[in-house]
Amino acid sequence: MKLITAIIPEEKLDEVREALIEAEIERITVTRVSGHGRQQEIMVQRGKKIVPNLIPKVQITIACNDAFEDITVDTIIRTARHGAGEVGDGKIFVQELKECIRIRTGERGGQAI
Amino acid sequence: MTWKRSLRLAAVLGAGLPLVAGGSAPVNDTGTTAWMLTSTTLVLLMVPGLAMFYGGLVRTKNVLGTMMHSFSAMAVVGVLWTVVGYALSFGPNALGGLIGWSRGLVLLRSIDHTILPAGVPEYAFAMFQGKFAIITPALIAGAVAERITFRGWVAFITLWVLFVYCPLCHWVWAPDGYFFNLGAKGAIDFAGGTVVHISSGVAGLALALFLGARHGYPKTAMAPNNLTFTLIGAGLLWVGWFGFNAGSSIASNLETARALTVTQVAAAAGALTWMLIEIIREDKPTSLGMASGILAGLVVITPAAGVVQVGGALTLGAIAACTCYGMIMLKNRLGYDDSLDAFGIHGTGGIVGALGLTFFIRGSWWAEAAAKVPGWGLLAQLKVQAFAVGTTIAFSVVMTLLIAFLVEKIVGFRVTEAVEKAGLDHDIHGERAYGLNNLN
Repeated sequence: MKLITAIIPEEKLDEVREALIEAEIERITVTRVSGHGRQQEIMVQRGKKIVPNLIPKVQITIACNDAFEDITVDTIIRTARHGAGEVGDGKIFVQELKECIRIRTGERGGQAI
Repeated sequence: MTWKRSLRLAAVLGAGLPLVAGGSAPVNDTGTTAWMLTSTTLVLLMVPGLAMFYGGLVRTKNVLGTMMHSFSAMAVVGVLWTVVGYALSFGPNALGGLIGWSRGLVLLRSIDHTILPAGVPEYAFAMFQGKFAIITPALIAGAVAERITFRGWVAFITLWVLFVYCPLCHWVWAPDGYFFNLGAKGAIDFAGGTVVHISSGVAGLALALFLGARHGYPKTAMAPNNLTFTLIGAGLLWVGWFGFNAGSSIASNLETARALTVTQVAAAAGALTWMLIEIIREDKPTSLGMASGILAGLVVITPAAGVVQVGGALTLGAIAACTCYGMIMLKNRLGYDDSLDAFGIHGTGGIVGALGLTFFIRGSWWAEAAAKVPGWGLLAQLKVQAFAVGTTIAFSVVMTLLIAFLVEKIVGFRVTEAVEKAGLDHDIHGERAYGLNNLN
């Protein structure tokens, strides 16, 4: 099992989510997050330039069986990217997932996902 | 605006000079003036109220952009009205009565010393009317929320006020206007059923059809970001509406109190009816339903506040809630994207009010009308009302589409898909509504 965490641009959430559903990956968790990478966003307030050091992004967390890793990652890359790719398009982290338990039934492992 | 006051006003506005009746100029009445200044302030309060109402209904990424639609009307029309708007609306007939015009009224120069026969400085009247000109285009924004450019919007409301609002205002409220002189006692539009609500409502519908639906509508859920804003906005609108309706008597007397009473009653009846509909149909009374019912009741009583009694106001409020609710259901079936139901509530409620009021007019009004034109009855007045409503709809739709076409061609009206997805707040205004979303 894998735990896939993707940090994507806010405005891409709908597109990514719709594409994931189309690829039959329907169990996801979405969080609003802030952070910084290489992207800089300049805001102007009353004529003064401000560079916020934290930029809002959306984090998607997906737990999946190994067979679904590639399609999940590929779908996110395809839909979260701006055109040919821009700074700020985000990152995907893939980790091994030790256990998964469905609270309702107590099922464990791949079938609980 | 009532018939009697306006006839008295006729001589004043016609000449743009103080009226000298019976050798003595009108004297300032401090009580009436104080109420008119209060009303003017109350009507302005409706604009930030509307901004909150609409601002709460859109998605998080479009809150500021949507509120700016209302606030930009305060800035743009606030200037435009004093420069030429008042002259175009309340000057004597020009171009065969299509519009008013008086050079003296440009920058309100000729009214510097004018006290109207109602005992009110004309400045108070001009500012009171100016607030109506501000809120009317702001109402349209609800139909096309979340998908228009800011510069396109500013260009649109500038042209719309000049070429739609000012002519309509002149026809309905200027003493020499078309609608003012229809039938026995004119088409009844106390505080703006046709001029404000029908014209903006149908303009919104035309614009929504012209620009097309938002990306993903109706498949994607587009949930309101903050209904507490919407409720506060509805509350501010209700309070402000007392200035809107009761102020439209341009007096501080029995008629004012009547208008205030029926406004209160209709809003409450509208809210209650909407609640009941939701309890019966969905089992859950929603806060958005409460806000919508309040608005439906307020809109429907706007043209009627001068002529109906409490029973009529209750009935009209209830009917408005039912018809507006039905219209929104119909919208969901038909699939056009009147995003925040500007047509569903203002257009529908305005039409119901302008026609429906005919059935609830108080007896003394009929007596006065019959004294002017013998045999004047319900059917005759209904024809006058229907003519005013039909003309307003046709004029507003045609002119709105023309203006929208020009704006789209010249400055661009609909935002690009990328901007629509990222949100108006960030891409057009470079801001975000809620700091909470960002740990900064």
